[in-house]
Amino acid sequence: MYPNPRVVDFITTQFIPVRVHARENAADFKRLGDRFNAHWTPTTLLIDRGGTERHRIEGFLPIDDFLSQLALGLAKAAFARQDYPAAERLYRDVVDRFPDTDAAPEAQYWTGVSKYRTTNDPSALKATSQAFRERYGDSTWAKKASVWA
Amino acid sequence: MAHEIQWSRDLDAALASADGKLVLLDFSAAPL
Repeated sequence: MYPNPRVVDFITTQFIPVRVHARENAADFKRLGDRFNAHWTPTTLLIDRGGTERHRIEGFLPIDDFLSQLALGLAKAAFARQDYPAAERLYRDVVDRFPDTDAAPEAQYWTGVSKYRTTNDPSALKATSQAFRERYGDSTWAKKASVWA
Repeated sequence: MAHEIQWSRDLDAALASADGKLVLLDFSAAPL
């Protein structure tokens, strides 16, 4: 997965990459595994500079699914720092770039929430609920958005 | 486009230099 040029480029440009290997860095693997409750490989955590985990990917994923999760993590971090315009843009980017992944319906939900946070206009939530009628209607996120109809 | 990832092993140093970026911490058992 990581030798893929798209994955390498995305990680290199968007993140500061740190790797601990179960056998080669056994002490760090144990110490950081205990710190972040990560006891399986592969596990990828996105951590902000305060040391807070913002997103977690456990287990292998194909390239687009993995990239979509990384992009989702960027959006979640923006939401967490209450930069809602950036979060809306980044969540929408997940839907646009990776429409066939599991991350897409989650991102569609949070696009609406982020827009609502920015505008305080409940029509953003209603529009999101309606969008789920057209796409990702079978997802858990459609159920969550259904309350906004 | 980069051809490989330059992995650090030092999380705390990475966090200290994050400067707005997220740190990607990879727990791996893949063959080296």
